[in-house]
Amino acid sequence: MAAPDGRRVRPYLATRGRTRPVQDIAIEALVSTTKDGRTRGADPEPERERILRLCHSPRSVAEVAAIVSTPLGVARVLVADLETEGLVRVADPHAAFAGSTEPARNLSVLERVRDGLRRL
Amino acid sequence: MAFVDSEVSDGTQADQDALSVKIVVAGGFGVGKTTFVGAVSEIEPLRTEALMTEASTNVDDLSMLPEKRTTTVAMDFGRITLADDLVLYLFGTPGQNRFWFMWDDITRGAIGAVVLVDTRRLADCFGAIDYVEQRGIPFVVALNAFNGIQEHDVEDVRDALQVGPEVPFVVTDARERESVKVVLVTLVEHAMSLIQQG
Ligand SMILES: Nc1nc2c(ncn2[C@@H]2O[C@H](COP(=O)(O)OP(=O)(O)OP(=O)(O)O)[C@@H](O)[C@H]2O)c(=O)[nH]1
Ligand SMILES: [Mg+2]
Repeated sequence: MAAPDGRRVRPYLATRGRTRPVQDIAIEALVSTTKDGRTRGADPEPERERILRLCHSPRSVAEVAAIVSTPLGVARVLVADLETEGLVRVADPHAAFAGSTEPARNLSVLERVRDGLRRL
Repeated sequence: MAFVDSEVSDGTQADQDALSVKIVVAGGFGVGKTTFVGAVSEIEPLRTEALMTEASTNVDDLSMLPEKRTTTVAMDFGRITLADDLVLYLFGTPGQNRFWFMWDDITRGAIGAVVLVDTRRLADCFGAIDYVEQRGIPFVVALNAFNGIQEHDVEDVRDALQVGPEVPFVVTDARERESVKVVLVTLVEHAMSLIQQG
């Protein structure tokens, strides 16, 4: 995001219009780059660009923070802003089960986890 | 994952998203948490840092810090892809127990916790056990066999830790993948039985 005078703007300070508080994004929520995020040209902000490339295959917010080398809180803000701009999708495991039991308390999810672990 | 189509990722098809779940690996300093995670993770354990100020309200001794900044807290984690549409993350808690604010983030929505215990330093896990007990997080106690603990010692440790009979205890070697798998399966089954009991 370049300002007209060519100065770089730190986009993660642009906090308007988010769909939810940043702290609500689970550290294990999977982030994946959308078609818009893939087909758009390189993002001028290096950290954003790294996230967009990294998340061509889904990565958790924690992985994003670790691999892009930002503190967790900064990664959350970057991801939330990219989500607001439609460049990534955030599959929050808790939101996915909103209104019903959360996945960690869902027997069929736990069965699949157990069976998956046994197969390893 | 209902409709997998590698060509389609237009930001609208939520039903193609994989589900991610997590298990917490807790315990005192140097008890083998990172080793445990690394034994089953498909990636080298990664490290994430959080700034102390991110949730400073839960930090007990913030007054000790100059202008509540500076300190970062690290946690290690690993990933296990269990199926196309199911990913399990293992999060190790920070070694220093006083950073409880980080624990809230790590444990929220977790399947449960493995509390790793070094039987030579039992007191180091008291903080972790208090934390998970108070919040009703399903947990198992895994005795890390640094010095070859015997099965018959297990009940003595249970007594010493004052943990109820319903909590599974297992002896493990955090370096051994098969051993770590057993601990994780034990935890998941324990979490299932707690749900089934209502
Ligand atoms: N003999 C033996 N050594 C172990 C075992 N598990 C871990 N270790 C060793 O103990 C040391 C500490 O292990 P870590 O996995 O780093 O412990 P940690 O809990 O992550 O430590 P912190 O993050 O610093 O609190 C390392 O040198 C490991 O190789 C075990 O089951 N048996
Ligand atoms: Mg460690």
